[in-house]
Amino acid sequence: MAVPWSYSFRNLFTRRLTTFLTASGMALVVFVFAAVLMLANGLQKTLVQTGSYDNVVVLRKGSTSEVDSNIERDKAAVVETLPAIAADEKGEKLVAKEVVILITLPKQGGGSSNVTIRGIGMKSLDLRPQVKLVQGRMPRFGIPEMVTGVSLAKRFNGLTVGGILRYGLMSWRIVGIMDAGNTAFSSEIWADADQVMQAFRRPLYSVVTFKLSDYNRFETVQGLIEGDPRLGLQAKREITFYLEQSEIMAKFLRILGISLTVIFSLGAIIGAMITMYSAVANRTAEIGTLRALGFQRRAILLTFLVESLLLGLIGGCMGLFFASFMQFITISTLNFQTFSELAFQFSLTPGIIFGSLGFSLIMGLAGGVLPAVRASRMNIVESLRTV
Amino acid sequence: MILPKMIMKNAFRRKVRTGLTILAIAIAILAFSLLRTVITTWYLGVEISSASRLITRNAVSMIFPLPLAYYDKIRHTSGVREVSYGNWFGGIYISEKNFFANFAVEPKNYLDLYPEIVLPENQKAEFFRDRRGFIAGRKLAERFGWHLGDIVTLKGTIYPGNWDFVLRGIYHGRDKNVDETQFIFRWDYLNEIVKKIYPSMANQVGFYMIGVTDSHLSADVAHEIDAMFKNSPAETLTETEKAFILGFISMTEAIVTVIRIVSLVVIVIILAVVANTMAMTTRERLGEYAVLKTIGYSGLQLATLILGESLVITFAGTLLGIALTFPVAKFFSSALGAYFPVFNVAPSTFLFDILAGFIVGIAAALIPTRQAIAIRIAEGLRRIG
Repeated sequence: MAVPWSYSFRNLFTRRLTTFLTASGMALVVFVFAAVLMLANGLQKTLVQTGSYDNVVVLRKGSTSEVDSNIERDKAAVVETLPAIAADEKGEKLVAKEVVILITLPKQGGGSSNVTIRGIGMKSLDLRPQVKLVQGRMPRFGIPEMVTGVSLAKRFNGLTVGGILRYGLMSWRIVGIMDAGNTAFSSEIWADADQVMQAFRRPLYSVVTFKLSDYNRFETVQGLIEGDPRLGLQAKREITFYLEQSEIMAKFLRILGISLTVIFSLGAIIGAMITMYSAVANRTAEIGTLRALGFQRRAILLTFLVESLLLGLIGGCMGLFFASFMQFITISTLNFQTFSELAFQFSLTPGIIFGSLGFSLIMGLAGGVLPAVRASRMNIVESLRTV
Repeated sequence: MILPKMIMKNAFRRKVRTGLTILAIAIAILAFSLLRTVITTWYLGVEISSASRLITRNAVSMIFPLPLAYYDKIRHTSGVREVSYGNWFGGIYISEKNFFANFAVEPKNYLDLYPEIVLPENQKAEFFRDRRGFIAGRKLAERFGWHLGDIVTLKGTIYPGNWDFVLRGIYHGRDKNVDETQFIFRWDYLNEIVKKIYPSMANQVGFYMIGVTDSHLSADVAHEIDAMFKNSPAETLTETEKAFILGFISMTEAIVTVIRIVSLVVIVIILAVVANTMAMTTRERLGEYAVLKTIGYSGLQLATLILGESLVITFAGTLLGIALTFPVAKFFSSALGAYFPVFNVAPSTFLFDILAGFIVGIAAALIPTRQAIAIRIAEGLRRIG
């Protein structure tokens, strides 16, 4: 027969201060664990949402980001003539030859960071339906005008509609603000590709993006591009390309987060152990009584394990409760891989919730095993004598 | 004095509990030290950077080069002692996992400008003789088992193709904070190949490194250089090496902030553990405190008793944590050499450790002390266990 669950629960309630302090320690560990995973996850989510499954990006072979890549005009023209590129209702091919560069801009509140400028083509916007204009208009082709992503407008100086940036001996007027949701495009500035090439003296394209007429034909197109030795180009699905851009940083965050929380959890486990040892010590007489009433050693062991698991669960729920508020926070930092500013949010997933709760239960279990074993091994007569 | 003796006896009365608490504090202090070391490592470049060196780069951003033709103009600016130049190469050795810094420089002036890079004279001569030669830091050479004369191939990301280099020298740092994981090769070799494959990118320099005759002149020299190229197609931005590196760090500020916050979280975790121990301890001993009050102990003496016990436990934990920091940091620097080229625990870290332990010790004793002082003698004596 098992000791009623309410016994474990009410014990925790009776010693509220101790329960609260022990659970807080575990809650903080769970908080850090969840928050760092949410950060890594948010970064990845942002970059995955940036890409579309039926878009293909073409870069120079060997380059790891758009900024590294160079595509000569004649090679870009070859890519444009490939079959399998989708057309819009007017019958124009959905393909954009783009140039991507970085500029250094001052941040609000000091410091500066690298910002991506994308020189766009006529079809760039059609290829990225996520991009919505929230203020002003899109830049006209043929004159130096820019539209800025909403995440940049919030964090950098002078990026407001009507603002002027001086670059490459030209004055660029900001004519609009675009919102692309949680994607990397919200952290970019767009302008006419030819204007960008001319101003920054970069006569080469960085990337050619096009939409497939049928997303199953990717392997065929990839074979055509990568199989042509004159081109020296590589093709990737846009979604794969952006996922790769998040890999190093997401891995860094995950390793940092997990190694930290493993160290921290040792502290919290010891905290739980102290609490449970004292719970056992203070209740020696009670345990003796329970045993005298006929409860088995196993039942006693289980009771104390349930108590410490509950303790862990309380900590886990507290930690997750506070971590869930982190979803309202947006972080903007330099992505190591592209070397440019990227804004992203903490993002909570069911996987992280279950992982965190599982983690808190493991902490509770690890802290409770030894004390519970001690409780179950107590001698009836001796423990009754301690009253 | 009987109080210190009582404090020590009290602290170690419950051996398991005290032992576990000390262990928990030690782990937290260890984690705190490591996190602080990560932060100081992050800023290390700033500390060791020289005030008498300037970096000139393209004002637009780092990805744009400057013409080689600026070299002579900069060299003849008054206050300039020496000029070297280089390009970030960004090559990959076998796989992206093997990341290390690799760049091309004009070697002679570079080694003069950076005396912290110590290279034996004969290796220096070899490096100057062989156009395809490169020098590597001691840690880097050890990591991949390279020996003098070995051919090492990097896969270019900015400059396409496979590039072969011959190891001509292994440098040591002048002091322990110098990064010994860099891969430095010759700019003329880079330019020679670029001329063939990308004629438009030839004779372009990523950055100029400038030594000034007197560090007080740094600001004036920087100003003069930037004024010289104002309104040209490639405007320059010149700053001291320190400002340049700080600019880099400010871009990754968010991550440093996260690490800072997390390092405080671990202190709060430990505060919860110690506060719990003290709360349990005083609850058990309320009867004893009543007895002590009966025989004439003042509130202040009781407070000393509890606070003293809390501090004894936290200090024991702090000392153990500091002792553990040394071997663990050593393990870290060998295991994570790729992420942290230098991983030395700064002396200030230990001061912060002790400060953190002190604060935790006092904070944890606050509530229990209040309880013990407030308790009425009769009530305390009536309590059992």
